[in-house]
Amino acid sequence: MSTSYLVRNARVLGGAPTDLLLRDGVVAAVGSDLAADGAEVVDADGLVALPGLVDLHTHLREPGREDAETVETGTRAAAMGGFTAVHAMANTDPVADTAGVVEQVWRLGREAGHCDVFPVGAVTVGLLGERLAELGAMADSAARVRVFSDDGKCVSDAVLMRRALEYVKAFDGVVAQHAQDPRLTEEAQMNEGELSGRLGLRGWPAVAEEAIIARDCLLAAHVESRLHVCHVSTAGSVEIVRWAKSKGWNVTAEVCPHHLLLTDALAATYDPIYKVNPPLRAAADVEALRTGLADGTIDAVATDHAPHPHEDKDCEWQAAAFGMLGLETALSIVQETMVDTGLVDWAGVAQRMSYRPAQIGRLADHGRPVAQGEPANVVLYDPAVSRVIDATETASLSRNTPYAGRTLPGQVVATFLRGRPTVLDGKLT
Amino acid sequence: MPADAAPEIGEAPEGPPTEGRTVLDARDISRALTRIAHEILERNKGAHDLLLLGIPTRGVPLARRIASKIASVEGLEIPVGSLDVTMYRDDLRMRPARTLLPTEIPGDGLEGKVVVLVDDVLFSGRTIRAALDAMNDVGRPQAVRLAVLVDRGHRELPIRADFVGKNLPTSLVESVRVKLAEYDGVDAVIISGESLEGAT
Amino acid sequence: MKRHLLSAADLTRSDAELILETAEELRSLADRPIKKLPALRGRTIVNLFFEDSTRTRISFEAAAKRLSADVINFSAKGSSVSKGESLKDTALTLEAMGADAVVIRHWASGAPHLLANSGWVRSSVVNAGDGTHEHPTQALLDAFTLKRHLGSLDGRRVVIVGDVLHSRVARSNSLLLQTLGAEVTLVAPPTLLPVGVDGWGVERSYDIDSVLPKADAVMMLRVQRERMNLKGGGFFPSAREYSRRYGMDARRMSVLQDHTVVMHPGPMIRGMEISADVADSDRSVIVEQVTNGVAVRMAVLYLLLSGNESELGRTTSAATDATSAEAAAGGDA
Repeated sequence: MSTSYLVRNARVLGGAPTDLLLRDGVVAAVGSDLAADGAEVVDADGLVALPGLVDLHTHLREPGREDAETVETGTRAAAMGGFTAVHAMANTDPVADTAGVVEQVWRLGREAGHCDVFPVGAVTVGLLGERLAELGAMADSAARVRVFSDDGKCVSDAVLMRRALEYVKAFDGVVAQHAQDPRLTEEAQMNEGELSGRLGLRGWPAVAEEAIIARDCLLAAHVESRLHVCHVSTAGSVEIVRWAKSKGWNVTAEVCPHHLLLTDALAATYDPIYKVNPPLRAAADVEALRTGLADGTIDAVATDHAPHPHEDKDCEWQAAAFGMLGLETALSIVQETMVDTGLVDWAGVAQRMSYRPAQIGRLADHGRPVAQGEPANVVLYDPAVSRVIDATETASLSRNTPYAGRTLPGQVVATFLRGRPTVLDGKLT
Repeated sequence: MPADAAPEIGEAPEGPPTEGRTVLDARDISRALTRIAHEILERNKGAHDLLLLGIPTRGVPLARRIASKIASVEGLEIPVGSLDVTMYRDDLRMRPARTLLPTEIPGDGLEGKVVVLVDDVLFSGRTIRAALDAMNDVGRPQAVRLAVLVDRGHRELPIRADFVGKNLPTSLVESVRVKLAEYDGVDAVIISGESLEGAT
Repeated sequence: MKRHLLSAADLTRSDAELILETAEELRSLADRPIKKLPALRGRTIVNLFFEDSTRTRISFEAAAKRLSADVINFSAKGSSVSKGESLKDTALTLEAMGADAVVIRHWASGAPHLLANSGWVRSSVVNAGDGTHEHPTQALLDAFTLKRHLGSLDGRRVVIVGDVLHSRVARSNSLLLQTLGAEVTLVAPPTLLPVGVDGWGVERSYDIDSVLPKADAVMMLRVQRERMNLKGGGFFPSAREYSRRYGMDARRMSVLQDHTVVMHPGPMIRGMEISADVADSDRSVIVEQVTNGVAVRMAVLYLLLSGNESELGRTTSAATDATSAEAAAGGDA
């Protein structure tokens, strides 16, 4: 494998075609008709060049659930999706609540080499919501954790949330809250609405998400800390975040691709491929999320990639696990719902899928513009093709994608991690 | 395979007359039924113990008409009922599930009765065989006889009618339709089919 | 062609009427010396029950046997808490045994739907109650019972009282009664009505006394005592308060019109949602509902299984019935 690549005629952020010379891990030159000079040529005619995507929210399942995914397979899926950095959530087994576990995950990511892995540290020990985990130790570890989350569960105790928000200020950390009041959502299965009543599936009301977000925004303002809201899913949540930002409070938010496209109407099939937490919501919520992402109320797209083995989805809805794959289809979904609808342009995609997530995660070498001197984390994407999603052909170890059989636009053609291709010609290297 | 109209709930009276040749008109039918009524009485030596069971759909009005003719001759009301054979058909599995038709067994049942089954057309004999099976689960008559308005031949089982309105030799490509005022607004027996086209 | 009966919503008005008419014919079977018809001889029907229900299982068993089918009873272990053998593995086992129909009762809403659409079995699937979703044969037998007492259901007012939120009987009845032209009113405390119930096409009321005088039929639903005392999350404060505000007792029964009947899908909690004197009164058709259950289930099994394909869902109106291809297919005399 070469150490330098000449990308010809790429449209950086959708602009005019230009050449990029990637050498020794950085973008050495940007211009027209650059000399190859021993670099391997990559023809990027018609392709859009974006900064390497950064995911704030992924489940790599290792340690503990290697039957669903490993760091190796998950980062391969990430590379196929155009990601050069992913934040791996802490709900593993053992939970990532100590320096030891986060360092293990970080090392596994380095060894696999397909994508940089930035482990997220748990807020509470064992995700039990009772006492703070050693957040400082995790921040100081080789993994340099800056994002802390009990994702999968909500930090519902108000005092505990306050303490966490306060404590992370010492190392510029951020608490990423999975907003779900546990009492209002006991055994909840799908969005609470007319359909849940008809289908006989217990409802997950929007207020259970919105009430927690409102509380946490107020807490973050009160203790002057920053808050990140995971997977915003309702119109009301968007309004609350918009209000918090209008007050100048340091609140950021992410949305998942599936919440930009799918609605709870799919639950009528009783197919648990559509079972996810937070649940798919109504069409009005999808609209509000798209608008919120376009106007900047929602800062970033994060996948919440949640692999599950077949038997956890090939059963009755109530018995099935929550979660969908997301890494390999995220960019296509964003193209379909945001770019092709005219809501954002490719520069806007770069902002929401690379620059902002890297800023929120405090990553130094990711989310940098595609420009001379910057780290060569670049993805080449073809927006003109379309593909039918085949669930049997995922780079992920699992198959639980809700888009199986669906035609989606676009395809990642190449992904470069510090100038080395992890994907070339649409295939893993 | 030509077919008689299968008994169906709610079958609408037919509109314009089907193509074909009318072989029995209303008066022919009436005379045939009168004759059948007399033959039943003759064979039975009176009206005692008689019970007429029509096979739905058109066997039922025929049974009622025969019963009323017997009543006008003997001065005695004969019990009349219906016997649905749908569940006992031997071709049940070959078609979609069929709608059930009414079964009404008058009086105290079939014990000790001379049951006369009444149907419009006798063809392969399978309907009658099904009727015998159905009756077996209802009770045990003293005797069972069969009266049909039309016998068109082509038996597939060893079954014969005791009382026949008209023997109508037909070919298998032809079809025989019986229309009765109670369902179709008119009384007629009509033969139609390929062999008649161009016939003089 | 509908091979399954999963939801009352699957039935058009003409499907429902076909089932009820067929059941009417089959009901008289109970008076015959030989209570058997050969229509399903050689067919195998499996009762797959993941929830205990002796009453419903026996009803389906009787229905299948009276049509001469072979019946296999399969009581599966496991619940939402302790998983046990998976639905899929159970289904594959049944398929290997050659079941023609599976009658399934399950604690998970949508389990019959999964069974019917998964491709694990080729049999017809009949929903005998799934979670809090539906119980279509119960709605059919309720409608059958009502028709015997009230005649046509067009414009009739049926009041359903009780824990609608958790009741599959309420859902199926709301759908089927509307299909048959009746007006349905749901009565319950607000905590026991689902969000979005106003979109079901029914009326709803929190006040039982205001709706009883105009009702042609009152259906009482079971209310589970356990729903009271969940820590902080009880649906109503006490059994006493519930039966005082929503229970059917002799005083409430006395304001009903002369022809109004009182129904209950069973099992009853006497003294809670219905008092003993109402349950035992002449207005109560509760015992008759059980008898009718067998005839209705026979009709469903017959229409789904006796031919080479199901009779349900073939037509959209009675007029189309008369001119259907079936008339042309005919038969031999």
